[in-house]
Amino acid sequence: MRNALLQVKDLHVQFNGQRKAQALSGVNFEVAAGEVLTLLGESGSGKSVTLRTLLRLHPEKTTRITGEINVDGQSVLALNDKALNQYRGHTTSMIFQEPGLAFDPVYTIGQQMTEALRTHEQINNATAQARALEMLERVQIPQARKRFDAYPHELSGGMRQRAMIALALVCKPKLLLADEPTTALDASVQIQILLLLRELQKETGMSVIFVTHDIGAAVEVSDRIAVMYAGRIVEIGNVTDIVSKPRHPYTQGLLASTVSHDNRGSPLVTIAGSPPDLAHLPKGCSFAPRCARAQANCLSDPPNLVTTDSTAFACWHPVA
Amino acid sequence: MMAQENTPILNTEDRGGPAQPLLVVKDLKKYFPVRNELFAKEKKFVHAVDNVSFSVAKGKTLGIVGESGCGKSTTAKLIARLINPDSGKMVFDGDGVAEYGGIALKEFRKNLQMVFQDSFASLNPRLTIEQTIAYGPTVHGVSNAEASVQARALLQRVGLAPELFASRYPHELSGGQRQRVNIARALAYQPRLVILDEAVAALDKSVQAQVLNLLQELKNERQLTYLFISHDLHVVHYMSDEVMVMYLGQVVEKGPVDRIFNHAAHPYTQALLSAIPSMDPTKRTLKPPLEGDPPNPINPPAGCRFQDRCPHVKDSCRSISPKLAPVGVVFDHIVACHLNLEPRTYA
Repeated sequence: MRNALLQVKDLHVQFNGQRKAQALSGVNFEVAAGEVLTLLGESGSGKSVTLRTLLRLHPEKTTRITGEINVDGQSVLALNDKALNQYRGHTTSMIFQEPGLAFDPVYTIGQQMTEALRTHEQINNATAQARALEMLERVQIPQARKRFDAYPHELSGGMRQRAMIALALVCKPKLLLADEPTTALDASVQIQILLLLRELQKETGMSVIFVTHDIGAAVEVSDRIAVMYAGRIVEIGNVTDIVSKPRHPYTQGLLASTVSHDNRGSPLVTIAGSPPDLAHLPKGCSFAPRCARAQANCLSDPPNLVTTDSTAFACWHPVA
Repeated sequence: MMAQENTPILNTEDRGGPAQPLLVVKDLKKYFPVRNELFAKEKKFVHAVDNVSFSVAKGKTLGIVGESGCGKSTTAKLIARLINPDSGKMVFDGDGVAEYGGIALKEFRKNLQMVFQDSFASLNPRLTIEQTIAYGPTVHGVSNAEASVQARALLQRVGLAPELFASRYPHELSGGQRQRVNIARALAYQPRLVILDEAVAALDKSVQAQVLNLLQELKNERQLTYLFISHDLHVVHYMSDEVMVMYLGQVVEKGPVDRIFNHAAHPYTQALLSAIPSMDPTKRTLKPPLEGDPPNPINPPAGCRFQDRCPHVKDSCRSISPKLAPVGVVFDHIVACHLNLEPRTYA
């Protein structure tokens, strides 16, 4: 892909704390400038770990990271402390699932936004405040002036998520990482936030990596979808291709087990079993133990991503 | 076994007969006091559940939907008497609950069990799975040996092999397995009404489908009645026979599932239904159906509680609170709205 803003090559992440886990095993993907990529997967599939690795948020003592991450020409894994601080928030910024926990409870929204601005740019307090206020208005917070001086606990869930987005975007990052930003919200508020993200993305031309387990939300916002399973990308492609002609049995199972009005009155199609233990990954394809199409070679050799004219998938016996 | 599934055999404890609703709730009300500011003139209350009345037919599933703070979980807790209502009456299969001459609270609780959203927090971390399931029945007078045999049979039924799982502790199980244990524990009392409060919300999609299938099978096998609380409209549509929509502590619409999903009459229900992502990249949502967050349930406004977010609001909505009334001639579809909106289809 030409002019890729982000390149992730053969990324492995291993946690060696109290419990060992191979969280990512060889993840490769690219994000073009102005593109929205969704990482879709169940809990433990490695989607949040990927995002956190992109910002290097894991404790260094207990995490082993190998591979390559390039954002805008910089090698993220090689950055020193000072450069890392510049990179976080300025080049790449993140919004979290629980905005209530991501904000510092003892400072007002405005203070936190001005602090972020003044860390990254040489501007005075008044200019920073004006820009922060403008950003709060951009994310459609009513009575922005009043919310500017509010503490995080004084805002409702949807409002806090809007403020979180404002904080993440105030330094005009080139890449926004959104870790399940709408999971904790009500459906009517979720759609507001998704539409806001899409609008801001178009306006600023930034790239977004959106992490979710909700296929519906993924379809609403993304250009491409990468389906993750047990620390690997098993299928990646355009939204339309992934939704209409999935090739990997896991993607197909995931789409089939989604509850919709069509399957009322009949039992739901399910994927038997549960995801593997990341401390003891199977030798071959990690989906093989749950897969109806698995054959002998699935249990011994892990498949690699194969590019086709629709989606790229990692499977020995794909769905036709 | 098959014959039993096909012909609903009346339970010996079936007091009221088949036409009697299993549970009737009348004017249930719970206000939570808000800690007052010093010298505040007016005492504030959260109107969590405000005059909620409904009934659940035997062997049916009533789905309750609404945004957070609408009182759906409080309603469930009031029914299970985990918290005491300020006022209101309940009739369980023809007998008043905890009334003179009615059904005693302990007896009522045996007939009603609950499954919660957080599968980990609702299990005792210091009891093994088998002990957890057997504990309740022993309190109600079943011998230890018998309760243990029954617990193992239930584990087998919910798809957890007893020889592998009976002696494990909750932290050794995955989320889906723990939720199966919670379901088995609820069934150990042989209840007739099971309240499922966001029971599948925390599960991954592929596991959620397995648990939903299990719940449907168990319902048919044991002629259970479900009160299914969820914010996920797809899941509610799949599970329910009847749907009740709540907004700020009140019921705004109730009706058979097809009426609600195909002919929703309340503007709030219509907005909720159109907020469901479409799953089709060519049909993306362009405009959010509702602006703003769910309002604060502390001292809500006079008139219709939905007035501030309603796109069709009229003057009368601001002064007179609407009463539940049938939609046209469909008497089992009721709505609380002044507007008489054209019913809309979303399915």
